[in-house]
Formats: sequence, structure tokens, C-alpha cells
Amino acid sequence: MKNNYVIEAENLTKKFGDFTAVDSISFNVNVGEIFGFLGANGAGKTTAMKMLTGLLSPTSGKATVAGFDVFTQSESIKKRIGYMSQKFSLYEDLTLYENIRFFAGIYGLNNKQIKEKANELIGRFGLEDLRNTLVGELPLGWKQKIAFSIAVIHSPDIVFLDEPTGGVDPITRRQFWEMIYETAHSGVTVFVTTHYMDEAEYCDRISMMVDGRIEALDSPAGLKKRYETDNMDEVFLKIARAK
Amino acid sequence: MKKLLVFTKKEFYHIFRDKKTLLILFGMPIFQILIFGFAITNEINNANISIYDKSKDYQSQKLINKILSTNYFTLHSYLNSDSEIEDAFETGKVKQVIIIEPDFAEKLNKEGEANIHLVSDATDPNTGTTLINYTSSIIRIFANELNKGVIPDFVIENEIEMRYNKSLKGVYLFVPGLITVILMLVSAMMTSISLTREKEYGSMEILLASPMKPAIVIISKVIPYLLIAYTDALLILLMGKFIFGVPIVGSLPLLLAECALFVMLALSLGIFISTKAKTQQVALMVSLVGLMLPTILLSGFIFPVENMPIPLQVVASINPSRWFIIIVKDIMLKGAGLDILWQETLILLGFTLGFILLSIKNFKVRLS
Amino acid sequence: MSSILIKDIEKSYGDCHALKPVNLEVNEGEIFGLIGPDGAGKTTLIRILTSLMLPDAGEAYVSGHHVVKDYKKVRNIIGYMPGKFALYTDLSIEENLNLFAGIFETTIEKNYHLIAPIYSQIEPFKKRLAGQLSGGMKQKLALSCALIHKPEVLFLDEPTTGVDPVSRKEFWDMLKDLKKHGITIFVSTPYMDEANRCDRIALIQDGKILGVATPKEIENKFERDLYSIKASNMHLLITHLRNYENTHSAYPFGESCHFSPKEKLDEKHLTNYLRERCKKEFHIEKIQPGIEDSFIELMVKENEE
Repeated sequence: MKNNYVIEAENLTKKFGDFTAVDSISFNVNVGEIFGFLGANGAGKTTAMKMLTGLLSPTSGKATVAGFDVFTQSESIKKRIGYMSQKFSLYEDLTLYENIRFFAGIYGLNNKQIKEKANELIGRFGLEDLRNTLVGELPLGWKQKIAFSIAVIHSPDIVFLDEPTGGVDPITRRQFWEMIYETAHSGVTVFVTTHYMDEAEYCDRISMMVDGRIEALDSPAGLKKRYETDNMDEVFLKIARAK
Repeated sequence: MKKLLVFTKKEFYHIFRDKKTLLILFGMPIFQILIFGFAITNEINNANISIYDKSKDYQSQKLINKILSTNYFTLHSYLNSDSEIEDAFETGKVKQVIIIEPDFAEKLNKEGEANIHLVSDATDPNTGTTLINYTSSIIRIFANELNKGVIPDFVIENEIEMRYNKSLKGVYLFVPGLITVILMLVSAMMTSISLTREKEYGSMEILLASPMKPAIVIISKVIPYLLIAYTDALLILLMGKFIFGVPIVGSLPLLLAECALFVMLALSLGIFISTKAKTQQVALMVSLVGLMLPTILLSGFIFPVENMPIPLQVVASINPSRWFIIIVKDIMLKGAGLDILWQETLILLGFTLGFILLSIKNFKVRLS
Repeated sequence: MSSILIKDIEKSYGDCHALKPVNLEVNEGEIFGLIGPDGAGKTTLIRILTSLMLPDAGEAYVSGHHVVKDYKKVRNIIGYMPGKFALYTDLSIEENLNLFAGIFETTIEKNYHLIAPIYSQIEPFKKRLAGQLSGGMKQKLALSCALIHKPEVLFLDEPTTGVDPVSRKEFWDMLKDLKKHGITIFVSTPYMDEANRCDRIALIQDGKILGVATPKEIENKFERDLYSIKASNMHLLITHLRNYENTHSAYPFGESCHFSPKEKLDEKHLTNYLRERCKKEFHIEKIQPGIEDSFIELMVKENEE
């Protein structure tokens, strides 16, 4: 990867007929960074993320993820990234172990590695007793944490998190962010979207999308200074209202 | 009453704004009757045959000319040896071989009796039998003509007459069957899907939490499909009559009334399915497997029930479509009235009431 | 008479004890918040109150009507907005609203003044199909449909989930507006910051009510002292604090860490401890606990029992 950027986007655009969902966005994400991708619903965040994860072809512009081009090398991208969303994380009618084995297999780990990583993961959370429990019976907080661990089980270059802490209790939310910190610390870049403004503070840098464009891109401290306020809620309001 | 109007209007919006389903609801009956009428037929035209004339005399030639002058047959080839018979069938090019024995004319003159050997390809038994029948008829006519001028002592004529459907037109059979299938499809399947959709999307939840009476929800869904199903039935009858000449010998009002009864039956069946199904997929699957398949296979539409093994006949007898097809066929082709059909009508009535009661009993006024 | 009265309501799904005996009382005209994470039992409770589910035990009354025996009366006087958008996506805004007006045997004109502040925002688009609306507009439509018949009690199940902060704020402004019509509002939400916009709240976790009080009173349930500590590296700061002997809890809260000591804090001692370990600047300040601090504290206490 040149320049140590794990994501490079230049005038990335996506149009659906007449409607421009993502309007020529440009930004870079550094290796090991926790990058917050914020914006209102319908602002184009999900579409942008789909392009970066190789699920949608861009209409125009350029982007590379983990050094691969999103237009021509989307399959290679998928091997180097992890993904977790609020809507779907694990299969409810498979056991904990089966889920780990399944996803690890998809990410290309061999049998020996799968066994190792699975035992490590289960051990780390102290879930030996629940190894053969159907995931559907686990509390939501656990599901989210396990899903995150699975998303990075293959040590990807970057992990994409789509509102991972929606609806989760305050303690689990913080435990989740501690896991994010550790992950970033180990060199995996974290690309996360969230509606919790306090979580925006945990990021190294944040971008704010409004109507398909990036209206602001800076560290939380930098944004608060620029918009002359001391909390991210106000920043968000000011940027959104300005439109 | 106003609530019912409001809801029925909403149901019509749903149906008419869904262009794809609309195409199926109105396009399918038209499409199907055209297919069944024109493409699928029990009649045979231009079947390829081979003739092995071992006599090659003036009588055999006359017979051959008579056979070939109809448009049932097209001459593929003349055969010259026994071994060629097997070849003719194996290549699949020929459906029948007519073998005329040696000294055909001479035997007819001297002994008054001659043999003709008809060999038919019966891999499709229907075709095989039909071809034999055609050929036999032609030969019999030929034989009769030979007898002209001679007054026999006894005349035993085999008359084969196709009653109610002289020309054995396939479409006469298919129109009643088609009406049954379409009515079942539109009324039962669409209704059950429509009701289950409300459950799946969550709008049922809001409706339940309001003073909406469940009965109004159900009736408002039933009315549009009742009208559409009836329109489809009329469409099929009209197309059958004016494009294919399918007659309606019996009373039209009676026919329409019985159709209405069957629609009510199918609707109540659809409602019953929806009280049990949680998702549209389940409703669809149950409708397809539990209703459509039996209607097509076990109702007498294509395969006669009387020829089925007893266990299947029992199963068929609890299939409402089976009784309805009898009613429609009898009214349309035989002109039967209620005096003959009262048993079948009563059975349909029983089914309808049964399903209505079951639906009422099973309808949940709360989420589970 | 209380607007909503809940006595010992219990509900289980198989092995899962979704609601352990719940007792609550909601006053007329107040905005009552049910605050808790997913799986706490919020939706189950609301479904029981709106007569959509039968409780396994206990009784509940909405505007004096028993939710099981008099469910028909309950259904006449409540407005309900379920968690997922459940209106008809192939009907327009106007058609949806007319439908609900028809269900309740009223008209849009009759109660227009009630929904005007909300509906006027989407009225210009009234011919648009509901399926083509943005998330915020769908919310406003659902709220209008729930209010069109001037209900006595309005039930909102997580109306702002997944919605951006600006739309959330606007939604709560609309709710505050409704108070002047005397409508009782029972709203559930996982967002702790929205608790402050309610008159009274109940914190719920794992089917159990952790506390019922005004937001201020809940904040005061936090018994210890609370400090906000800011540093440039949050992660390291928390690690150090967790290793500190006098730490009861240390949690990240946005740009600062909320720290509560086991015993009275010697600020000098802590300052020295941190200075040895943190190379960069840090800042210690005593603060008042917020709802989230109290919730976490109550959760921890609950788990210890």
C-alpha cells in the first residue's frame, strides 16, 4: 500500500438513474486509524460503504481499499476486509462454534487455523460453556461482541462496522469500544458508522456526509474547534442544519 | 359500513398498483386458454405413417388412397420388407405402419374376408389408440362401400360415437378445468397471501391495536379478489365460446351461481390458510402444494379420477375442485340442471361453511 | 386516576423470562420514558399495554380500562407507533392518513390542528408513496397516523431507533409540543440522552425495572462522587485508572472518562499517579452524574445481586 493509506477515494460517485446517492467524495484513511463515517440516514453512507466493500460498482471516480482497486479488484478487496453490521451478525440457528467455523472458513482460514482461533476467541470471552449453544439464545450484547471478533478473525487490513452498537446496553457498548481500541492498536484499521455522538469522540478522525457529499472531515477536537462548540451533538446539528 | 368502503378501496389500490401481479391475474387466464385451445390438443393431424403393401393390387391401392386422402395422415414411406418395420419405428419418424396382406383383392373376392395389420407406436398410448381408431374407421367405411349392392342378413354395425364432444375436441375438456384452476388460484392463493402480507409487514399490528373489526379486514380483502376471480371466469367462458366454440348447453345463470359458490369456497379456504401462515412464503407454498397441485392432478382435469387407485380416489373426493369440475362440465356440455347436480352442490356448500367456521375460530385478535 | 396502571405484569416466552413482575404508574398528560437496551422487555411491555399480547400474570389498565377484559375499549382510545415502520408502502401519505382517519371514524380536517406541526412538514409531499419517503418523513407520517383520532394515550415503541441525531431531536420537540393537548405519551428508547426529555422515566434491563423517577432523581441515585477526566489518549487513561487502587469504576464517555472512586478522592494523589504514567496533559473535574452514569451503576448493582 502506497502512502500508508488503507483507503483512498477520489471523486467517488454513485448514481441510481437521476438520483446521485454519493456525490464525488474524496478522502483517505490511515493504517491503524479509527475512522468514523457519520451522517443522517439517506445521506449516502451505506451506499459509500457498499462501494468500498466491493458490493456496488461506482458510477465514476477512483478508490482503492487495502491497495486494491474497487472497480477491477473487488474480489481481492473482500479477502482483506472484515464486515459487521447491526442488522445481521451471526446465524441464530447455528451454535457459537459452528458460526466461528463457518465465517473463518469463508475468510480463507484452514482447518488448523480455524480450530486455533476458535478456541482463542471462546477462551478470551470465557464462553467455553456456551460453545455448543445456539447463538439465538445468547444475549444481544454477547452476539455483537462475538460478531466483531469473528469479523477480524482473519486479521484483515480493515474492518467495516455498520452501526454495530445500535440498541445495546451502555456497558456492552463501552466494552465493544474497548475491543475496537485494541483492534486498532494491533494495526487493523477500523471504519465505523454510528448514530451515538459520544462514540464519534472515540474516533481518530470523522467524516460527516450530507446529501451525498462530505461536508466535514477532521478529528473530533478539530471539528469542535471549527464549529465553536464543545460536544459532537452540536457539531452534527450545525453541519446538518447548514444545508 | 364506511370503514368497509375505506378498506376495500385500499385493497383495490394495493392490487392495481402492483403491476406484475395484475398481469398474472388477468393475463394468465387469457394466456392459458389460448395455449390449451390452440397448442394442446388430443386431435391428431398429419401423423407420419408407413405403408407395407404386400399385395400391390387395385383394391389395396384404393384403400391406401382413401387413407391418405384424409389429413390425419401423411405418407412417410412405402416399406418393402419386414425388417424395415422395426427401423421405421425406431427412427421415431413414423407413428403407425399399415400392413396389407398379400393377395388382398383376391381374398376379398373369393373369401369375402381379408386382413389388415395395424401397428401403432404406443409410447404415447393416447396417440397410439387414436391413430388406430382413425385407421379402423376409415377401413370400416371402405368395407361398407365394398358391400354396397349386397343386402346382408344381419347388419351389425359398430358405431363409435363420441358423445357430447363429437369431434373429440380437447378444448371442451379444458375449459371447465381451466375455470376451476384459475378460480382456485385467484381466490385462495391471492387472498391468503394478501392477509399474510399484513402480518409480515407489521401493518396488522397497527390494525389490531385500533377499533378495526377483524371481520372488516377480511371482507375488504375478499371483495376485490371475488370480483377479479369472477371476471376471470367470465373471460374464460367467453373466450371458450367465441374463439373455440365451446358450448354452454345448460343454464347460464346456474353456471354463474355455481361459480360464485366455488369462489366463496376458495376465498374461505384462502382465509383459513392465512390464519395459520406466518409469512407470505408459507401461504404461497401451502396454496401451491395443497391446492393447485391437487386441483390440477386430482380433480379430473387431466386424468380421470375413476381410473385412479382407490386411496387416491378417496383423497380426490375431499378435494373441492373435483366436485366443481363435474358441475361445470355437466352444465356446459350435458345441460344438466340442479336436479342432477344437487349432491355436488351440497358438497361444495358444506365445504364453504366448514372453512368459514374454521377461519372464524382460528382468527387471532392478538399477536401470538 | 392514573393514565396507565401496571400491577405485577409478567411475561415469558418459553424459557425466556421477558418481563419479571413489573409495576408502574403513569400520570395523565406526562411524557413517560421506558429506557433500556434491546432485549430488556420494552416491546413486550408495550404490546401488553396496547392489548396486542396477553400477560402471563398481573393486570394493567389504560385510562381505567383493563387491557385484557376491556381490550376493545383500549383499542379505541390509544395511538400506537410500533418499532418498525408498518404503514402501507404502496399507498401515498394522504391515503395512509385517510385510512387511519377512517378506521377511527374521523377525518383529517377534524383533528388537523393536533397533527399540524408534524403533518405540515410532509404535507407538500402528500401524493408521494410511503415507500419512497426518507426515514425522518416515515416517522412523521407514522406519528400523524397514530394521532389522527386524538388518542388519550400514545404508545411509541423506539420511534427514534436508527435515526440520526438531528431527526431525533426534531422528533422529541414534536412530542413536547403534544403535551399541551393533554395526551399521555408512553415512549420506549435505548438512547439514554433522550431520557432527559421525559417527565419521568423507568429504567429497564432484562425484564426488570431498575428505577422509576424523574430524570433528576435518577441522576441522584448515583451515590458516589463522579469525576470527569480528560486526556489525549483515552484508552491508556482508562487502563491506568483501572489499575488505580481507589477506582470503583472508569468508563469512557465521549471525550472524557467518568471516574468514580471507592472512597473519597484525594485529587492530589490521583494527579500524581496519573502524571507518572501519562506523558501528556490531563484534566480532572468533579461533575454531576447523568442518566447513563446512573443506569450503568444500577445495572452493575443488579448484576451483583
